[in-house]
Amino acid sequence: MFAQVFEVTAMNLRNLPNRLGSSSVIVVGIGGVVGVLVAILAMASGFQSTLDRGGDPTRAVVLRGGSDNELSSFMDTQTINVVAGMPGIVEASPELYMVADVPKRSTGTDANLIVRGVSGDAFALHDEVAIVEGRPFDPGRGEIIAGRGAHAEFAGIDIGETVRLRQSEWTIVGIFEADGSAYESELWVDLPVAQSAFRLDGGASSIRLRLDSPQRVGELAELIENDPRLDLKLYGEIEFFARQGGGLTNTIRTFGYAVAIIMAIGAVFAALNTMYAAVVSRTVEIATLRALGFGRFPVVASVMIESMALALLGGVLGAAVSYFGFNGYTVSTLSNASFSQIAFDFAVTPELLRDGLVWALGLGAVGGLLPAIRAALLPITVALRGE
Amino acid sequence: MSNFRLVWANLHRHPIRTYLTLLSVLVAFLLFGLLRTLAIWFAAGPAEGASADRLVVTGKYAIIDLLPISQRNAMLTVDGVEAVTHSTWFGGNYQDPSNFFAKFPVEPRAFFDMYPESVIDPVELDAFEQTRTGAVASADLMQRFGWQIGDKIPIEADIWPMRDGNRNWVFDLVGSYTSDVGSQGSTLLFHYDFFDEARGYAPGTIGWWTVRIADADRAPEVGNAIDALFENSQNPTKTGTEDEFGRAFAAQIGDIGLMATGILSAVFFTVLLLTGNTMAQALRERIPELAVLKTLGFGNNRVAWYVLGESVLMCTLGGLLGIGLAALLAPVANSFAQQFAPGAFGMSLPVAAAGVGVAALLGVVVGAVPAWSARRLTIADALRRR
Repeated sequence: MFAQVFEVTAMNLRNLPNRLGSSSVIVVGIGGVVGVLVAILAMASGFQSTLDRGGDPTRAVVLRGGSDNELSSFMDTQTINVVAGMPGIVEASPELYMVADVPKRSTGTDANLIVRGVSGDAFALHDEVAIVEGRPFDPGRGEIIAGRGAHAEFAGIDIGETVRLRQSEWTIVGIFEADGSAYESELWVDLPVAQSAFRLDGGASSIRLRLDSPQRVGELAELIENDPRLDLKLYGEIEFFARQGGGLTNTIRTFGYAVAIIMAIGAVFAALNTMYAAVVSRTVEIATLRALGFGRFPVVASVMIESMALALLGGVLGAAVSYFGFNGYTVSTLSNASFSQIAFDFAVTPELLRDGLVWALGLGAVGGLLPAIRAALLPITVALRGE
Repeated sequence: MSNFRLVWANLHRHPIRTYLTLLSVLVAFLLFGLLRTLAIWFAAGPAEGASADRLVVTGKYAIIDLLPISQRNAMLTVDGVEAVTHSTWFGGNYQDPSNFFAKFPVEPRAFFDMYPESVIDPVELDAFEQTRTGAVASADLMQRFGWQIGDKIPIEADIWPMRDGNRNWVFDLVGSYTSDVGSQGSTLLFHYDFFDEARGYAPGTIGWWTVRIADADRAPEVGNAIDALFENSQNPTKTGTEDEFGRAFAAQIGDIGLMATGILSAVFFTVLLLTGNTMAQALRERIPELAVLKTLGFGNNRVAWYVLGESVLMCTLGGLLGIGLAALLAPVANSFAQQFAPGAFGMSLPVAAAGVGVAALLGVVVGAVPAWSARRLTIADALRRR
């Protein structure tokens, strides 16, 4: 039986070059589905991994009660000092969160760019931050270091350029990386300089903390909650970053699957069409084989295998196009939670490539099944007449 | 047999093939309809209903910077300015963060004067003006949450705690308004005076100004004059038309248009190949028959038209069905769109017309080569092929 399957299939596949035009419909159709699916899902996974990247279980973020993002949060010096004096805190970094309008490179229109005022402690706390070009800013001066994503997405964010924030000119002196996290979409400046430039008088938007153990996060959250002097809320950093996505990852995924399913329906019709035509053109051949004693199963299997092989080829091509075309491609979008641009890279992961190929095989199987059954059910005598 | 009937009958030669081709064309144009609508909505959604005679004035360096209310008097002195009012982003949550809608403290009467497309009952507007803690909601919000006039609407503040640190604002719902502009829906409006008095910090500030000008053609001139007023003050401004403001905001979300175009290119390349292949197949099978037609005295051009007509008919039909289905599905996609910005998401007539046009064009492109070969077919050659 398997020898028969092998024989018939091999014969089919050798004939393929004669049906190049119609076979390419399956390859291109399914290639298109897989390419689009993998590209859109790569966008979602890239966005998600940017959000996940920043979280450290021993770090926490303190915001004003009722705020779940830094933009809407603010606290005064006194509050900051109370929090900084709590037990279990290794490092405390008050940070000021501002937004500046800067034109994007791609569109030339203004978009919201985060400007974060940080003190010296911030670099000890955010140990993933590393200057990759230029130098750190000098405390006390109007200097900026720019994240890699901000540098890539915004016009004029280059070393030596100046940016106007409020009334003064600030000079960009360095570019930093932060392990691919959302910080790379920001500009960082010296906190005291920013406080006086923005007339904020010692206040900050949030306090970032490094704690002596991950268990401390829960204890400290409770302590802050119950302190009558404070109207604050503490989030573990992992939870905090997860909230910043605002469901965008799922929205992109839903969109990707919706488009891919609609395209897949079209691709299955195309595959059915092609495989029916292939079966019709081989009517006499199939009937001859059957007359010679080949069973129905090898005929079904051969049509299915042909369809799935073409689909797999399409899937490989589609996945390759997404991988070489989009992997690492940087884009940015407006994050709902922080009301500012967050830059991220498309991430075409091995799992996505595998899923793409599974889709291709599935679509190929669906497209081949009905034509295969029809081929197997052809009455031999009628078919031999070539009608 | 009429020409059309002949073309129609030919489509039924291989019903399965015809239906499958028709369905894949349908799917392509379903995507065309949905993705074009989405791209247009993203590019212009927030700018929908923008009026050419309204300008938006924001802080120069950041859209979120607050501006002093004292700027109003200076602005009213600018030549060409007819009316000025303001709004402020309140943020906050109603019950749960997933119940997202816009909440603005405004000046009741000035707001409805500025946006005549938002219509409110005059009695309810009076009540709104006279109730310090009053609020009015757009009709869609009333329906969404089942609100009734007289209800108390609690909003938990994130940006704006009250002076005593309390974060729970409560508004008295005194009316509702309707608007045929989608972007003005999903909004709760309340009294700026109450907001300014009760908020914990930054009294006397507003989020952005809306300015009505006498002559839309002078928008750039008036905008520059307003910005010049405040250039050297503590709060320099940036002025643009409502349309520019909306588009700039949409551009922040990203280049959805480019993405839609990319996907559609992949789809159309496939469909072109598929229908092209089908048409070539249909022609090959029919060569002897075409020769017979020619023998009976049908002219070369007429035979070519039959072949072209078949492909145009199939593609146009598929296109019409696909676009029609997309128009039916647009309301479903609407709920998806609402996550990003308010605004009605529906297929516009130009999108539908473009879709059908592209479908007919696809038919011409796909049918051109087979039609040309049919035209050149000589009777003797064609009959011999069998």
